[in-house]
Amino acid sequence: MRYIPVTCEQREAMLRAVGVSSVDELFSVIPEAVRLDRELALPDGLTEIELESHMRSLASRNRPAGGLVSFVGAGTYDHYIPSVVDHVVSKPEFFTAYTPYQPEVSQGTLQAIYEYQSMVCALTGMDVANASMYDGATALVEGALMAARVTKRQRVICSPTVHPEWQNTLITYAEAGRIEVGQFASVDMADGSTLIHRDEATSGHTLAAELASGDVAAVLIQTPNFFGSFENLEEIARLTHEAGALLVVATNPILLGIMEPPSSYGADIVVGEGQPLGNTMSFGGPGLGFFACREKHVRQMPGRVVGRTVDVDGNRAFVLTLSTREQHIRREKATSNICSNHALNALAATVYLSAVGREGLAGIARTCVAKAHYLRDALLASGKFSAPWESAFGYEFALAYDGDVMDMHEAMLERGFLAGVSVADVEAEWPTGIDSDLAEHLVLFAVTEKRTKLEMDAFVKEVASL
Amino acid sequence: MAHPSDRVYSKEHEWVVVDGDVATIGISSFAQDQLGEVVYVDLPSVGDELTVGDSFGEIESVKSVSELFAPVSGEITEVNSALDDSPETVNADPHEAGWMVKVALSDAGELDALMSAGDYDAFITEG
Amino acid sequence: MTEQLSHSPGVAPSRGPRSLIFELGAPESRCVEAPPLDVPMGSLDEMLGGRTRRAALDLPNVTELEIMRHYSHLASMNFGVDSGMYPLGSCTMKYNPRINEDACRLEGFAGLHPYQPEDTTQGALELMVGLSDALAEITGLPGVSLQPAAGAHGELAALMVFRAALTARGDARKKVIIPDTAHGTNPASVTMCGWDAITIPSNERGEVDLDALKAVLDTDVAAFMLTNPNTVGLFDENILEITEAVHAVGAFAYCDGANLNAILGKTRPGDMGFDAMHINLHKTFATPHGGGGPGSGPICVTDELAPFLPGPIAVEFEDGGYGLGWPEQSLGRVRAGYGNFGVLVRAYAYVRALGGFGLREVAEQAVLSANYLKVKLESTFEVPYGRTCMHEFVMSGAHQKREFGVRTLDMAKRLLDYGFHPPTIYFPMLVEEGMMIEPTETEPLEALDAFVEVMLTIAEEAAENPELVKGAPYTTPVRRLDEAGAARNPDLRYRSTPE
Repeated sequence: MRYIPVTCEQREAMLRAVGVSSVDELFSVIPEAVRLDRELALPDGLTEIELESHMRSLASRNRPAGGLVSFVGAGTYDHYIPSVVDHVVSKPEFFTAYTPYQPEVSQGTLQAIYEYQSMVCALTGMDVANASMYDGATALVEGALMAARVTKRQRVICSPTVHPEWQNTLITYAEAGRIEVGQFASVDMADGSTLIHRDEATSGHTLAAELASGDVAAVLIQTPNFFGSFENLEEIARLTHEAGALLVVATNPILLGIMEPPSSYGADIVVGEGQPLGNTMSFGGPGLGFFACREKHVRQMPGRVVGRTVDVDGNRAFVLTLSTREQHIRREKATSNICSNHALNALAATVYLSAVGREGLAGIARTCVAKAHYLRDALLASGKFSAPWESAFGYEFALAYDGDVMDMHEAMLERGFLAGVSVADVEAEWPTGIDSDLAEHLVLFAVTEKRTKLEMDAFVKEVASL
Repeated sequence: MAHPSDRVYSKEHEWVVVDGDVATIGISSFAQDQLGEVVYVDLPSVGDELTVGDSFGEIESVKSVSELFAPVSGEITEVNSALDDSPETVNADPHEAGWMVKVALSDAGELDALMSAGDYDAFITEG
Repeated sequence: MTEQLSHSPGVAPSRGPRSLIFELGAPESRCVEAPPLDVPMGSLDEMLGGRTRRAALDLPNVTELEIMRHYSHLASMNFGVDSGMYPLGSCTMKYNPRINEDACRLEGFAGLHPYQPEDTTQGALELMVGLSDALAEITGLPGVSLQPAAGAHGELAALMVFRAALTARGDARKKVIIPDTAHGTNPASVTMCGWDAITIPSNERGEVDLDALKAVLDTDVAAFMLTNPNTVGLFDENILEITEAVHAVGAFAYCDGANLNAILGKTRPGDMGFDAMHINLHKTFATPHGGGGPGSGPICVTDELAPFLPGPIAVEFEDGGYGLGWPEQSLGRVRAGYGNFGVLVRAYAYVRALGGFGLREVAEQAVLSANYLKVKLESTFEVPYGRTCMHEFVMSGAHQKREFGVRTLDMAKRLLDYGFHPPTIYFPMLVEEGMMIEPTETEPLEALDAFVEVMLTIAEEAAENPELVKGAPYTTPVRRLDEAGAARNPDLRYRSTPE
């Protein structure tokens, strides 16, 4: 394949116009010592027909969750994607455009981002949202960095119940950069949430104790957390603000359709992974980091933002604004180094939220919650699972399997089921602080609106028969 | 371009008007013209200490950020909070309503290092 | 004025009020709903532990037709590579092959969950290994991590690799040197990595000033970051001396890969002495920019640095199977997941379509096309660095500003009336009234000639009727905007009830 339209004859004419006899003459400025005097050792180019067949064959060597009965979640969820979403994001005027630096010919992208920002504000209850970040993990880290700028402090406290991969990412940034991560609190084994205060029944580091040591820029919390349990945002917000720190809350955007938003509990920054909103799972990327904050902190917010204005004729129009926060203007003093974001994923989320609408989002969220509760009850009733704690949850929950989790996963895969996520597998890269014997048996199950009662009954029957 | 002669100017284009031991500070008409449309002014708080030559705030246009450098030292006694809501005043009226901070001078001698309007006009013409 | 607009604009004017999606529909309008519930429904508030939403939820309720019309209308106000020539310097706005779009949407890729067992993702892992191998060969840097989500993310990840390697040898350093022509992401990434950015000036040839570089190089310097070819489109002839000087003080040489398109198959950053680089797959490897992203910014490093790469990375086992593994002394994660996989699929397909021969042809045509434009325009516009350029060049509108009061911004806006996307303007800062032009290899000669013709026409207009140019654009969906007003009184979201 080649995508070069210039013909041989035209090429000769261009060389003559430039005044050189060969293309190599144009490259003579490259010192001979570093010129590549051979062809790159890559497989020969393919025709489109060969390429199509090759890509199909690679894809067919995968067994996508989308084609199985999947209960796998833990940050990436198998929600239904309305047909209209891909029809919109496939419009070439959207996906072949660059960052909307020329607003006169970028009103489509700009207005869509403005709508996206508005929807993120509607969901989270916050005042302002940016045009997107890479994913939930980096959005959380940016939240911590922003809190450090706002409070002029460096230490952040991250709950151990935040997704292990996100904690790992936070630690990477902290080791390299401008924040430190304070000692972690522990998991409250009564309900699988962050241990806030200690009583006779609990032990371990409490959040209250961590905050008492002072000088904390931010508390980072995820709710529902990695285990599916809701956190006590009200109490955490109270303690966080008493300590003069900001509360950064990561949350699930589907549940925001039916759940009181973190803003109501006093969150200062709300972030999350927006993949569930109309984006394919795509092996974990590209996702969509959403990021929202209070208006008073907008000048410390990372990332691009679109604002409404008018043109010289007085027509409503949209434009990138507050750009002096960004790297192309403020350089080493910028609020973040982010340049490319995930605009097309944000567009998908915008179309998704338009397609399901206010009522549809609530309906989908309710359906997920009802089905997840049904499955949990059925799995407990099967006798093969036990509850590690009792907690309110959304559409993901953790149960302990009475047996070898890996064996169960393999056996169920043979039967066409992806039987959840093994907590120990994910935790292997960042400990959540729960007892390792328990972690080895813990399985996270996520149930989306795509699962049917029939599938769940079949799953429970099969897993019970192992 | 002639700047008002009732005040003195710094090489960083700030002006200073002294009334008793209080100095009012802003930026020159030349400076606001160079910046273009001012969209935001970030100023210190009352009680902060200014040190001559140090940055005490920032002024932003749509696509640039410039630091404000203190032409004199002293404690801030007043900040022009009206600029929060209408930063365009810096463009419209840089020498009066567009003032930025008032300072209790700690060393009036520092004023000697600043330029008269005539010297400042010559300074900016030289480029 | 109509006469001068004989070239039909790429974006059709569509004036008049445009609704926000929130202003459409009706409370009872529906598009996609959850299926009827087939399990018992308990008390929602009980299930959520008393957290049921009380706050209003300002989302629209609209029908599918309204959605399609609304977003089709928005699309019609956008300009993409498919709309017309997009010579946006430093951004490599080349054609995005459609087979790659089809490939990433195959259920076997798009439907994969990151936590599936590895034996159900062998094709995806093989693709990632194949792409890593290709990038290693193209750059001459054998260690590859596909994790970073974008160029700036890759820069930061590579600086973190340097930091990890320095820490491992007990060497704490504080500074990173960058030339004044660097992209803003470079100094911003340095800050995020906890170091101080030191800027050095360029010389009169638009290259690194070697003396200035050597004057600041000491054992406190962790790295030197350079875009090569650089941001004025020139290949730095002293590249070996530069990387040698950097290594002499124990620092690392970093290549910003934004301009890799110019040198594919012609020379390799690894051979120039660079220790690490990032690649913008959304530039060189033809993946779409998506109106700002998602991109993908894999990093390639020397063998010495490979153990510190962010993980996990895809690996091939001896038995021919594939899996995910961690480099020995990995610095950890820089994100969730394994990379922007959907973008990786497109880039892999692009590499397989072109092969080694095709990739070299890309660089050759990109460089020829840029030089062709430069030759055609340099008698009308000042070109400060006149020698042979690589895939892009910077020219100046200083003459037009001086003589006619027409700024580069005005000429850029006028280009919109003629159906072209403007070049990158006012970057790098060291060229007065700069225009950075990158045609890419995928523009036909007819488009290049039309661009030249329009630029010459605009130069004439600037001389004869400067007000015309200063008022441009006229034919776009909206005209020049009140950007100062937007920044002074930020309106960043829709409110159903005005405050």
